[in-house]
Amino acid sequence: MTDVTGSWASGLPGEAGRVALVDWRELQRRSRRENIGRAWYKFSRNPLSVAGLVIVLTIVLLAVLAPYVTPYPHHAGPFTDFANAKLPPNPRYLFGTDTIGRDILTRVIFGFQDALLMGVIVLALVVPPGVLLGLIAGYNQGTWIDTVIMRITDIFLAVPPLILALAIASVLKPSLMNSMMAVSLMWWPWYTRLVYGLTSQLRNEYFVKSAETLGASKAHILFREILPNCVSPIFTKMSLDMGWVILIGSALSFVGLGVQPPKPGLGTMVADGARYLPDQWWIPVFPALGIVVIVLGFNLLGDGLRDLLAAEEI
Amino acid sequence: MVQMDAPPLLEVRDLRVHFKVFGGHLKVLDGVNMVVRAGEKVGLVGESGCGKTTTMKAILRILPQPPARIVGGQVLFRGKDVLQMRPDELRQIRGRGISMIFQDPTAALNPVFTIGQQLSDVIRYSHRNGRLDARQIRSKALQSLKEVALADPERLLHSYPIQLSGGMRQRVCIAMALATQPELLIADEPGTSLDVTIQDQILRLLHNLVVERNTSIILITHTLGVVREVTDRVYVMYAGSIVESAPTKALFAHPKFPYTRGLMQSVPRLSGGGVAEGIPGRIPNYLNPPSGCRFHPRCPYVMEICRREKPPVFTVGEEHYVACYLYAC
Repeated sequence: MTDVTGSWASGLPGEAGRVALVDWRELQRRSRRENIGRAWYKFSRNPLSVAGLVIVLTIVLLAVLAPYVTPYPHHAGPFTDFANAKLPPNPRYLFGTDTIGRDILTRVIFGFQDALLMGVIVLALVVPPGVLLGLIAGYNQGTWIDTVIMRITDIFLAVPPLILALAIASVLKPSLMNSMMAVSLMWWPWYTRLVYGLTSQLRNEYFVKSAETLGASKAHILFREILPNCVSPIFTKMSLDMGWVILIGSALSFVGLGVQPPKPGLGTMVADGARYLPDQWWIPVFPALGIVVIVLGFNLLGDGLRDLLAAEEI
Repeated sequence: MVQMDAPPLLEVRDLRVHFKVFGGHLKVLDGVNMVVRAGEKVGLVGESGCGKTTTMKAILRILPQPPARIVGGQVLFRGKDVLQMRPDELRQIRGRGISMIFQDPTAALNPVFTIGQQLSDVIRYSHRNGRLDARQIRSKALQSLKEVALADPERLLHSYPIQLSGGMRQRVCIAMALATQPELLIADEPGTSLDVTIQDQILRLLHNLVVERNTSIILITHTLGVVREVTDRVYVMYAGSIVESAPTKALFAHPKFPYTRGLMQSVPRLSGGGVAEGIPGRIPNYLNPPSGCRFHPRCPYVMEICRREKPPVFTVGEEHYVACYLYAC
């Protein structure tokens, strides 16, 4: 580190180019490390954010490693063991067993897989088109392009999201894929709105005007000047939305439109177990807690990111 | 340096811009005429709100439309009307033909990229023939930072705008504006947001750079001393039109238009007199501007005809024009 500072102080003009090439990379690496360190420090000041991060990481790890960490991996499929059906929580089955004798702990952990998949795929489908439309509409604010895009967005926003998803999911064949498509179809307008608002402010910023006066192309202005300034709010919204999408996905599978049996879906398990309340309470309660924990985790993480990134923006 | 006989580099003819607002149209530009020749250093002066920045933005077509609307006029750059250009022709003019430095250097730099990234982008898309590799771009970026007398350019390339002082940011903006090697540079009050000493440095630097490259410049400033020192020609603007234009020496020696005279007297003097009385009144309301000469409500020499008709331009000396009935003969 000391030699870095030393060499740009003493670099001769002739060899400045060569010497500097090494220096600035090291410098860049150092400043990046420093920025990450600073961001983590700021993030870690809020214990709730850290808790959110821990919850999310744990759930992701559990879901990925489900076949290896669950006590009875084969219980995730079509397995029956009527002798051990409806057992309350005990040392062998920590969360008890369901009506056909499957370990609920195993099924909850496998349920995380589809819940996370739902969130990730929906966001992957929703964010790019939503952001792109928002950028285009915002940059062309006040023209017919803006009107067309934003009025279509408004139409989608006007329909209550869950009802729309229910309608779409019930027209299509009930499956996880179709419920993802249904949720995606109602989710993109939020990103369009968000990015539209940001873009219509940013396009009047002088750095955008400055790029325009220097002959930058429209693509450059949209993707290199405006979009990078929208990234923090988009990421924050994404992490908050993960929780919401999972919740809606669970609601859809609760009414039978999402994950199909025998695959374990958290919503499906709650729906199936609901009629055994209150005597066999563990059958619906543990999957429901699973939903609570995953949504809570993403919301806490999202709040943490919001505080972190909003502060960085200033 | 100024090529007097060649066709002008930029010619603005009767430019009119209105802004649509609640309650009607603001008639902000009411027929602006100006000429900039190749290599000429032009000063544009006038009080805040008289339409200087609007004129410059209209020239580069970066006025937000709506609310602004270019109602009439032409902006000829090398004989071609900028206002009629297709988007791709316009992109050729912007940057390589005309580039602009804004008042506030903080707002003119993208906060999420380093200076090096922004400068490289400018160098990349303004490069005329062939592609440059990363090393060439980097050395050009370093070169342009050195030209604006910034110390330690290597470190600056990896700094974010927020890590720089105001004066440094404005130097970076100048470097970016000149990196495209424009024929005409528009500097819109480049020092206004900086303190006086830095402002002076920036203006001197800018002057040296444009003289060195023989770039034409339109310098908008409130500092008449600077105008006197660095420009060849001065345009005086009042309420949306050019009221007087003259070679700098002639204008400072014999200001003709009553407003110009008032402007000269408003400069505080160190020796005797102190702050002069200035010009009573304020810039008019653009929603219902005064009839005839827009200056007549504030003019000490107002005549009957001034209230009725907009004065034409009279020639009062060599290359000295003034739009005032006092000089009709």
